[in-house]
Amino acid sequence: MAPPRTIVVGIGNIERGDDGAGRAVARLLRHMLPDSVRIVEQDGEATSLLTTLEGASAAYLIDACVSNAPPGTVHRIDANSAPLPQASSDLSTHGFGLAAAIELGRTLRQLPPRTVVYAIEAESFDAGAPLSESVVPATVIVADRIRSEIEETA
Amino acid sequence: MARKTIKVDYLNRVEGEGAFKVVVRDGAVKSAELRIFEPPRFYEAFLRGRSYMEASDITARICGICPVAYQMSAVHSMEKILGIRLSEPLRELRRLLYCGEWIESHVLHIFMLHAPDFLGYDSAIHMAKDHGDLVKKGLALKKIGNDILNLLGGREIHPINVRVGGFYRTPAKRELAPLAEKLKWARDAALETVRLVAKFDFPDNERDYEFVSLRHPNAYPFNEGRVVSSKGLDIAVEDYDQHFKEIHVEHSTALHSQIVGRGSYFVGPLARYSLNFDKLSPLAQQAAREAGLGKTCNNPFRSITVRAVEVVYACDEALRVIADYAEPDKPYIAAEPRAGIGCAATEAPRGLIYHHYELTADGSIKSARIVPPTAQNQSTIENDLTSFVAGWLDLPDTELQHRCEQAIRNYDPCISCSTHFLHLDMDRG
Repeated sequence: MAPPRTIVVGIGNIERGDDGAGRAVARLLRHMLPDSVRIVEQDGEATSLLTTLEGASAAYLIDACVSNAPPGTVHRIDANSAPLPQASSDLSTHGFGLAAAIELGRTLRQLPPRTVVYAIEAESFDAGAPLSESVVPATVIVADRIRSEIEETA
Repeated sequence: MARKTIKVDYLNRVEGEGAFKVVVRDGAVKSAELRIFEPPRFYEAFLRGRSYMEASDITARICGICPVAYQMSAVHSMEKILGIRLSEPLRELRRLLYCGEWIESHVLHIFMLHAPDFLGYDSAIHMAKDHGDLVKKGLALKKIGNDILNLLGGREIHPINVRVGGFYRTPAKRELAPLAEKLKWARDAALETVRLVAKFDFPDNERDYEFVSLRHPNAYPFNEGRVVSSKGLDIAVEDYDQHFKEIHVEHSTALHSQIVGRGSYFVGPLARYSLNFDKLSPLAQQAAREAGLGKTCNNPFRSITVRAVEVVYACDEALRVIADYAEPDKPYIAAEPRAGIGCAATEAPRGLIYHHYELTADGSIKSARIVPPTAQNQSTIENDLTSFVAGWLDLPDTELQHRCEQAIRNYDPCISCSTHFLHLDMDRG
């Protein structure tokens, strides 16, 4: 049997302000996680995302979201137990991509047994802007929480 | 049913933001509008003043699905200005890269966006419940397109390895070998896909289109050739602007294209296929025949079959390029910048894409113009709706609306790409 595989996917566009929050978390985790954890960055297109998850036993997906919570709010969603909140198109800037990938994965029984989504409430998607001040701490918090989860379930 | 308006405010399963509206009065279609409200993105404006070396990386950002098409039209334009002639291995590698994009883009459309229309599902997710193996096959096939982009482009989305004169890095022959193994499976899967989609139930809708595509004496077109049409046009790419004009219409942020003196025309797989059937590989030709296609195809609903045939061709051609590949002496051909004007047309998955640039002596871009395929097809899509809806008026409203959406999806419209805005001259009296 192949060893369990853990994967972290940071989703977004680093050139669109807080849209890059998921990828910023992935970059932080590169310095925090053992080499055995695969860390990738993607734009969130559903089919590529699903292919990336293939064969993983645990997946942590991080994306920016808009749900009218204060900017920097961290949402943790256990994707194995339920679909992303409806209006998932509102939840994620790549709503179709991430939510569709998860539902397609569930239908095809290809979702990793442990699939966790961290969504960070965004403030601005301005082209070329850096992460907002309200979002930067959230990326550190999420990176830390993912590291803890991975250590606890190891 | 004297008055009827079919209106969809947000089109699903297309790339970008669009809507359509068809107005029927007394049993006749009064108007059909494909509305594109994706905001203009001003790519052409911010290319101005940038180096000729940046155009391929900047324009690749226009689309996450077909970045190669933008890169190819950009670098070929620059190479014409600089007088660069590619070596054969570099030319072949660019074909291989384009094969990857066709596979990726066509497979996404066939399996995820278009097949649900024919099998009666709202989305690929719903379709996957009953046709899991089909969706899995689509995902696996698409991944092989991504693998080609990864190897030659440096990454799957917005590849970064293409440069004026060739590539930043070219692969060793042994690096291509694993790709060949995957492509053999992909070619078989593509053949099965042709057989599968050929059995779909197609509405009997044909029109007399003017098909436009590239045509090359020795190959099914990707990067080279003359611009030809099914009504006798046969011109060098340099003469494109004399024969094609863009016009602005109120209801769209994308410009409409017309052939001067004749009006709307059709670019994309159906056009390419109908103008270049003889250049397909024998295997792709055979697959087309077995699918019941003739040497030309005027039914846009059958575009799903034609796309599947092009996937067979792309796999077949990719295998040929890999088998024949001889590593180039150098990854690119260098040249000094110089002032000049250059243009190029290549075949994006969705059809002909035309770029036109003017450079200053130091290689800065003085002007840029990009004509994407979906913009060129807008009038034709509207004419399809006008023509086809008349025959569908007896259908219940929901089915009629669905047919209209399907008629638009026949073109695999890439709406985000197509929004480029015309230059506005303000006349304030």
